[in-house]
Amino acid sequence: MGTHTGDAVVVAEGLRKRFGQTQALDGLDLTVPAGMVYGVLGPNGAGKSTAVRVFTTLTRPDEGTATVAGHDVVRDAPAVRRQIGLAGQHAALDEQLTGRENLRIFGRLFHLGSKRARARADELLERFSLDHAGDRLVKTYSGGMRRRLDLISSLIISPTVLFLDEPTTGLDPRSRNEIWDTVRELVAQGTTVLLTTQYLDEADQLAQNIAVIDTGKVIASGTPDELKARIGGRIDVTVGDAAEIGEAARALAVLANAGVEPDVDADRLLLSVSVGSDSLALPDIVRQLDQAGVKAVDVGIRRPTLDEVFLTLTGKPTTTTTEEAAR
Amino acid sequence: MTAPAPASAPASALRSGLSDGLAVMSRNLLKLKHQPGQIAATFAFPLVSVILFGYVFGSAIPIPGGGNYREYLMPGLFVMSTVFAVMGALTVIAKDNGLGVMDRYRSMPMARSAVPFGQTAADLIIAMGSLAIMALCGLLFGWRAHNGVGATVAGFALLLLLQYAVSWVGVFLGALAKNEETAARIGPLIMPITMISNIFVPTDGMPAILQTIADWNPVSAATAACRELFGNPGLPAGDVAWPIANPVLATVGWCVLLLVIFVPLSIRRFRLAGL
Ligand SMILES: Nc1ncnc2c1ncn2[C@@H]1O[C@H](COP(=O)(O)OP(=O)(O)O)[C@@H](O)[C@H]1O
Ligand SMILES: [Mg+2]
Repeated sequence: MGTHTGDAVVVAEGLRKRFGQTQALDGLDLTVPAGMVYGVLGPNGAGKSTAVRVFTTLTRPDEGTATVAGHDVVRDAPAVRRQIGLAGQHAALDEQLTGRENLRIFGRLFHLGSKRARARADELLERFSLDHAGDRLVKTYSGGMRRRLDLISSLIISPTVLFLDEPTTGLDPRSRNEIWDTVRELVAQGTTVLLTTQYLDEADQLAQNIAVIDTGKVIASGTPDELKARIGGRIDVTVGDAAEIGEAARALAVLANAGVEPDVDADRLLLSVSVGSDSLALPDIVRQLDQAGVKAVDVGIRRPTLDEVFLTLTGKPTTTTTEEAAR
Repeated sequence: MTAPAPASAPASALRSGLSDGLAVMSRNLLKLKHQPGQIAATFAFPLVSVILFGYVFGSAIPIPGGGNYREYLMPGLFVMSTVFAVMGALTVIAKDNGLGVMDRYRSMPMARSAVPFGQTAADLIIAMGSLAIMALCGLLFGWRAHNGVGATVAGFALLLLLQYAVSWVGVFLGALAKNEETAARIGPLIMPITMISNIFVPTDGMPAILQTIADWNPVSAATAACRELFGNPGLPAGDVAWPIANPVLATVGWCVLLLVIFVPLSIRRFRLAGL
């Protein structure tokens, strides 16, 4: 479990949801403890948005149950709606109104009454440094400002649980940092945040707990460190002579996770293999290579990046990796 | 910071439903404030149509029983602008769907029927304004209502009833359309509905099939009803289709039918969408 523990505010058991041929959720189990950022990490199409839509009462699951703040999302949907905030994948705002007017309307729809709705709109704009743009039409806002206003719109009633579905997808790094700061501030005040993301560094930066989901179910969960430890690390060995590659590969295969063959880069005389966390002692590795008669020029041990964790777990790279590679 | 507590259970479902509907309505009206272009278009549409249809076509089209073509035309233009109002609700609702505003609404503790009721109420208020502008334009170009205050008020009330019914059709189509692009493609389909009618020309000159369609088109009934109530020329005499012979009754009937079908359908759609 993570650094924060507490009562679970979101609990999902065996959620299934099918759209035609697509099994969007395939037995999803999730427990989100109170007072933390819980990251739901998964590639495009993994079922993140569908899960969020079930939690926010927008979609009814075919099977399974979910409770949010103690209320069943199907039977007790109105009670759930009084406890949650949602910022979806789009900026759900009226572009033909000003930022302030958007917030006022949402405030009225949360039954604050028009006077309190006004006051709350002013307060939120000021607190989240959007006061200067409050009286401009939303259609003149940048993407980052829209997302921020959208996020703020979900805070009108200080929700117990805030659902953020890919809140920073498509944003420039500066706007992303602003969203991150806002999320951290909210959690510091006791809001529980369930955040979906395709970005590993986002989960790493923000979340105390992560569930990795793929094809509609959780395939791993834990703290970022636990997830990294689970797949151990990588050993990189450079040998002095091409003739030693075979021997070195056999020696490394002994250390490696069962059935894993080392990657060999013959040109650079480099071998690389991922190993379990208990095989990560440098002296053991050197001794193993020595016994095999390999004279290693260089031996290095790396902790895996979350990208590698992801690749190992799902068998496919994340969009971040592909996008970053394309940049 | 003192944040408001999570909204408590509503004291009365009806009251909160009403206040939600009012909030959605004021949102739509507020938008007009920022769209001088839209307001200008509201003014321009009647002016342009009266000039275009009244003087360009008018010079070539004979009126049954004689009379001024612009007197003949105005009731039809009232109906046309009323029917075009379907685009208002359709576009707003479809856009809200596309941008995820609908999802946010549905995740909030508000009455789900507030959106269609608030939208149609706002449309109705906007329609009152644009009908008033259109009537002024008509007066400017020689149109008059000849049957006294009662019949004139009845004529405009009928137009507003039609507008309200049509606006519910727009809400439903908007909910189906799911985004603004699809909505924009539905728009042009409304044109033929207004064209295959008695708005611009008498239907008895049309081929038999078109004439039947035109006679049973609600737009024709509404136009004939307005001609009758405003005392404008162009009411066909003799052996005509029932809706044209009894236009006021037929128009009310059409409106009730549209409302009976589309109000429950729309509300259902808003309650169940996405589930
Ligand atoms: N309303 C829907 N109709 C049909 N298919 C859907 C619908 N919503 C989601 N899906 C499908 O379900 C799968 C999961 O989608 P989603 O939950 O949006 O994934 P993610 O948010 O992780 O990218 C995808 O294959 C998607 O195409
Ligand atoms: Mg998604």
